[in-house]
Amino acid sequence: MRREMTAASLEATTKSSAERGALARARLLRGLLPALSLALVLLAIAWLNPRAISYFGFSLMLNLAIPIALATIAQMFVIAGNELDLSIGTFVGFVGCVTATWLKDAPLIGVLILLGSIGVYALLGALIHLRNLPSIVVTLGMSFVWQGLAILVLPKPGGKAPDWLLAFMAFKPPLVPFPIIAALLIGLIVHFGLMRTSYGVILRGSGGNPAALGRAGWSLLKTKIVLFALAGLFGVLSGMALIGITTSADANIGNGYTLLAIAGVILGGGEFVGGRVSPIGAVIGALTLALAASPLLTFMHIPPDWQVAANGAILIIVLAARVLISRRER
Amino acid sequence: MVAGNADIIRLNGAEKHFGAVRALGGVDFHVGPGECVGLVGHNGAGKSTLMHMVAGTLVPDSGQIGVHGGIEDNYSVSRAQQLGIRCVFQELSLCPNLSVAENTRINHASLRGFGWRRKAADLIAAKLDEIFPGHSISASDIVGDLSIGRRQMVEVARAFTVTQDRLDLVILDEPTSSLDAHTAGQLLAFVRRFVAGGKSCILISHVLGEVLRNADRIVVMRDGKVVVADAAGAFDRDRLVTAMGGAEARQKIAAQVAAAKPGASPLRVRARPAVQKDGTDLVARAGEIIGLAGLAGHGQTDLLLAIFAAASRAKAGIEVTAPVALVAGDRQSDGIFPQWSIAQNIGIRSLARLRNGLLISPQREAELAAIWQKKIGIRTPDMNNNIFSLSGGNQQKALFARALGSDAQIVLMDDPMRGVDIGTKLEVYDLVQEEARRGRTFLWYTTETEELDNCDHIYVFKNGRIVANLGRDELTEEKIIQSSFGDAA
Repeated sequence: MRREMTAASLEATTKSSAERGALARARLLRGLLPALSLALVLLAIAWLNPRAISYFGFSLMLNLAIPIALATIAQMFVIAGNELDLSIGTFVGFVGCVTATWLKDAPLIGVLILLGSIGVYALLGALIHLRNLPSIVVTLGMSFVWQGLAILVLPKPGGKAPDWLLAFMAFKPPLVPFPIIAALLIGLIVHFGLMRTSYGVILRGSGGNPAALGRAGWSLLKTKIVLFALAGLFGVLSGMALIGITTSADANIGNGYTLLAIAGVILGGGEFVGGRVSPIGAVIGALTLALAASPLLTFMHIPPDWQVAANGAILIIVLAARVLISRRER
Repeated sequence: MVAGNADIIRLNGAEKHFGAVRALGGVDFHVGPGECVGLVGHNGAGKSTLMHMVAGTLVPDSGQIGVHGGIEDNYSVSRAQQLGIRCVFQELSLCPNLSVAENTRINHASLRGFGWRRKAADLIAAKLDEIFPGHSISASDIVGDLSIGRRQMVEVARAFTVTQDRLDLVILDEPTSSLDAHTAGQLLAFVRRFVAGGKSCILISHVLGEVLRNADRIVVMRDGKVVVADAAGAFDRDRLVTAMGGAEARQKIAAQVAAAKPGASPLRVRARPAVQKDGTDLVARAGEIIGLAGLAGHGQTDLLLAIFAAASRAKAGIEVTAPVALVAGDRQSDGIFPQWSIAQNIGIRSLARLRNGLLISPQREAELAAIWQKKIGIRTPDMNNNIFSLSGGNQQKALFARALGSDAQIVLMDDPMRGVDIGTKLEVYDLVQEEARRGRTFLWYTTETEELDNCDHIYVFKNGRIVANLGRDELTEEKIIQSSFGDAA
């Protein structure tokens, strides 16, 4: 009897490991999907305009990819904790206005304002956790606050980026264009911090099963504060990078970033709930969006009037492909 | 063993109220070193509440908690951890988005710094090897990819891992509810080794045999109080059931089943598993209760789901002639709408009948809920409360009410009694019998052989195929085990 039992359980074991192999393949496929969609966009660009695939072409096409990638990472931290930040776009705009005014004219005050705004983000996290408020409501309200503050700081488009920031963003490394190096660095640093460190596990766990984390003695208040503060930090970096590229600011400059950032996280393999996010995927998602947003469509001779709609269509196609692959995991 | 200050934990006069409901009314409870205490009782008898206090997740309204002889005034989860008390909760508490090793890290604040991943992986792998030899779980597996049984294995193994803090007492709340007989045996053998090493366990299980065989002392709870506490040897099955107040209804059921059985009633389901090579079909007629047996995960659930799908869209090899409802086994992920009230959770399968014009009539929904609250005995002051205000067994009752309150003539049950106490089980068995007499058909997958007593006919599954087809009179546990393990037996 015992021998038969072992045989049976062995059989069950091999069967289930085959099942899990299939699961792992589907997971791998889903992990590769962001990279595949980026490759697809690149191929299309190369086919439409081979000259764009060059050092200069990439520098130009990926010009705005760095701020988008940073804003996407900011959104990813919030999504990792099962929340959503609808204010990241106007926050980036606010940071841009501060960067083009205070940070240049009175650097100390500028730095204090930016640090303070990260603190506000941390407080929002605490508020959302303590009062059990829906983050969508809180951040939607905050988006108007940031917008208003941005207009107060800079009523008319203008201002100027600090010189050191301009110099930094205009950096031209040999061989590989700066945006690509920056994207790689951002992805790897955040990947290490969130996916490999021991506290990163706790942060992701707070999205996966908050109750379990609480039972294990971790403070959910702290995880939420840390996640929102990180979102604030990367929002600040995004706003500064944006002004470093555009050289001057406008209170509405970041408004499109809210949805771009959400789309970038989802395109990069993240999910709205359950703490499933991928920093590298998010950066790739942001690059894909940056490329698909205008270079690709311009090369396709799609008139600017139709570009926004075409952009939406690309998003729907890629996300639909992701859903199909996720379904195969079941 | 000296009583008193040698105890690992001692609660005196612990009381707890949730609103108007008294969950615990002055309970004295203790665990000494080197003993396994079995804790049994109905749903809502207060076992889980008591264990939450031992583990530090709930604070008693009044009463005293002492650990290792010292009185604890600010007892909490982290304090319990420091003092070497751990709990494996009934509702799985792993993060599905993290790997097995990362989930281990969550319970050990000291797993940090350089190389923590390696350390965490080694720690959990070694413990899994020790408790469940041949388990085939890798520390890098993402928990969400594991079957519910494997998740339970990880959860149990994680509770026994040790880093900095001491480990004296592990509370196992329904630890075998998702395990098959083989792994459950491995776990219980480990518990005995653990206790023999001078450590302690609290074992909560609705499989009374498990408690009787493995506990040194058994504590029986009823209505928020301890009614009996005695050495395990002083109990037998009947005394336990009597003490729990669970009436000696089992024989009654068996007798009822054996009585009145319909002859040839109309066919309800004829189904063949996708991988079945010979011509064996599963056949269910009106008024029949059909059991699906065999080891866990051998195609029973797949067939139930295939039948469920075939009810709405024709499928080759499966014939279904009446509306179908499914009672899910994994109620947290497949059964419950967590944001909804109990009444809404019951009504969802019957929306067509609850409609008033284009909208759902709250009044009809409330009526349906009230009928089933009474009929199936859901213990709550208000059916409009959130479904999570119910204990686990009562949540499962709500899911039964959802299926039985609908127009479905065929009810599929995917091992729904996992981790449900015997009192609730007996109530549901009665209800199933009654509904079957009225002509409903039940297809019942269960991992508990005792439940098959309720069935008219049993199909045993192995590797996705039906390997045996037993009538009620031929049913014995040996026969099922024989068919489940190997063809040569």
